[in-house]
Amino acid sequence: MNGAEAVMLEIQTHLRARAGESAIIGPDTNITRDLGLDSLAIMDFIFDLEDSFDISIPMERIAEVQTLADLAKAIEVLQKEAA
Amino acid sequence: MSSIFDKFAPLQEQHASLTALGRSPADIEFQEIISPTEATLNGKRTILMGTNNYLGLTFDAEAVDAAIESLRTEGTGTTGSRIANGSYDGHKELEKELAEFYGMRSAILFSTGYQANLGAIAALAGRDDYLLIDADSHASIYDACRLSDAQVIRFRHNDPQNLARKLERLEGTSGSKLIVVESIYSMLGDMAPLKEFIEIKKKYGAYLLIDEAHSLGVMGAQGRGLCEQTGLEDDVDFITGTFSKSIGTVGGFLVSNLPGLDIVRFVSRPYMFTASPPPSVVASARKTLSRIAGATDLRKKLWDNAAQLYNGLKAAGFELGPTLSPIVAIRLSDPEKAIALWNGLLDAGIYTNLALPPATPFGWYLLRSSISAAHTPEQIALAVDVCTRIGKELGLITLSNSKKAEAEDMQVNGAKTLNGASEKRPFSTSESESAAPTRAGAPVARA
Ligand SMILES: Cc1ncc(COP(=O)(O)O)c(C=O)c1O
Repeated sequence: MNGAEAVMLEIQTHLRARAGESAIIGPDTNITRDLGLDSLAIMDFIFDLEDSFDISIPMERIAEVQTLADLAKAIEVLQKEAA
Repeated sequence: MSSIFDKFAPLQEQHASLTALGRSPADIEFQEIISPTEATLNGKRTILMGTNNYLGLTFDAEAVDAAIESLRTEGTGTTGSRIANGSYDGHKELEKELAEFYGMRSAILFSTGYQANLGAIAALAGRDDYLLIDADSHASIYDACRLSDAQVIRFRHNDPQNLARKLERLEGTSGSKLIVVESIYSMLGDMAPLKEFIEIKKKYGAYLLIDEAHSLGVMGAQGRGLCEQTGLEDDVDFITGTFSKSIGTVGGFLVSNLPGLDIVRFVSRPYMFTASPPPSVVASARKTLSRIAGATDLRKKLWDNAAQLYNGLKAAGFELGPTLSPIVAIRLSDPEKAIALWNGLLDAGIYTNLALPPATPFGWYLLRSSISAAHTPEQIALAVDVCTRIGKELGLITLSNSKKAEAEDMQVNGAKTLNGASEKRPFSTSESESAAPTRAGAPVARA
């Protein structure tokens, strides 16, 4: 498993914990539209990811994110910046 | 054909469903304002318990007279910003008085508290800087972040460890770091753990701004707020505040002891591009501000009143915010029951605020009330009785609930001493430490 796959897997694990085991979650899933999560749940999900990856995700980066693939990409970039 | 308003359909539906169940909070109309605590609502005499009128000074005779006098001598408005049209004496005097009141070097006046946060935060934190804001921040703080060119990082509500971790990750970066917190949070009445935040800001060389909107006149022996009450004023870099609550009029401000604050006037768009406060507003604000330090009796009355409501509702078995404060919120999870309770109170002649998700922490439905020094014990007793009656009818409280609440009360009731002269330890529930609500509802993907 390469780095990108690991990031995606981690994201999916956290998201399932909030959206339910049966939620259909893939790279094209739109985080705000497809999962029935409100802005509070999404914020908590972001806090989970920050702890898990040990990075801070600035709000303007989150604003650019639509899909899980976007999110995974943003996290990879932030990880590189932090390294 | 599609309409520009189509995107608001879900909001329209929420508004309509509220109206169908009784009234919508947006449609409340007062005809006659009888006193700081009473008005007529659809012809019915109603007790006001959701107006942030903490000291009950909106009808203060001296403040009213000062405003009238100023209207006659200076007119109804300034018709422009101070940068473009100049300042009136009153603006300068009020700034001097604010700086003196806080014992700080300088003060800048804004037209509202919303604009004070917008103008202060967006000006202070620029490109290459970092804003670290509490997740439960007021909308004015969230909007300030959108106006600012700084990077914005949120930390979990009232969670110093989460803030520390985020500052640690920024070590080695060159920009200034500005932490933004509130003294009393307006939905649940919980308070910032200021001492811990200050330890962290010192450790990482960050600046701290605190919005004392709900604590001015309310906390501290002289009414300067949470910073005064906790003895931490020397460690706070910036304070913002509003005249729209305890001061009973409208307007906002930024104060600081740091040299060079005045440059903010030249870079802050919400200061530069809006009309300055009207002279009559300035006149009544000055009059009321001059009373705040000496208003010890009003503060005592306010906290006694708050304790009567908080303890009364708690004993009845309602679930409330974690801390006794003049903001008393009943936490409810069932929307229909929350709406029914709010309507029932209105039918009984008691006005409170109904706050709905996502503007509330944890998706709670909040029946929020704010207490005033001007409330009488009878008004508060009535509110507790009516809440309890309706709460029982709706099955919101049961006998076992109230027993449990009493037992909890025995364990935790340091709350009563909160306004005492001794050191106050604000705290939050474990729930609010482990999760992260936002009232401003700043969503992921704003598009
Ligand atoms: C925490 C907080 N900050 C700022 C404001 C804005 O104050 P104003 O009503 O003066 O715009 C409010 C009130 O709405 C508030 O609750």
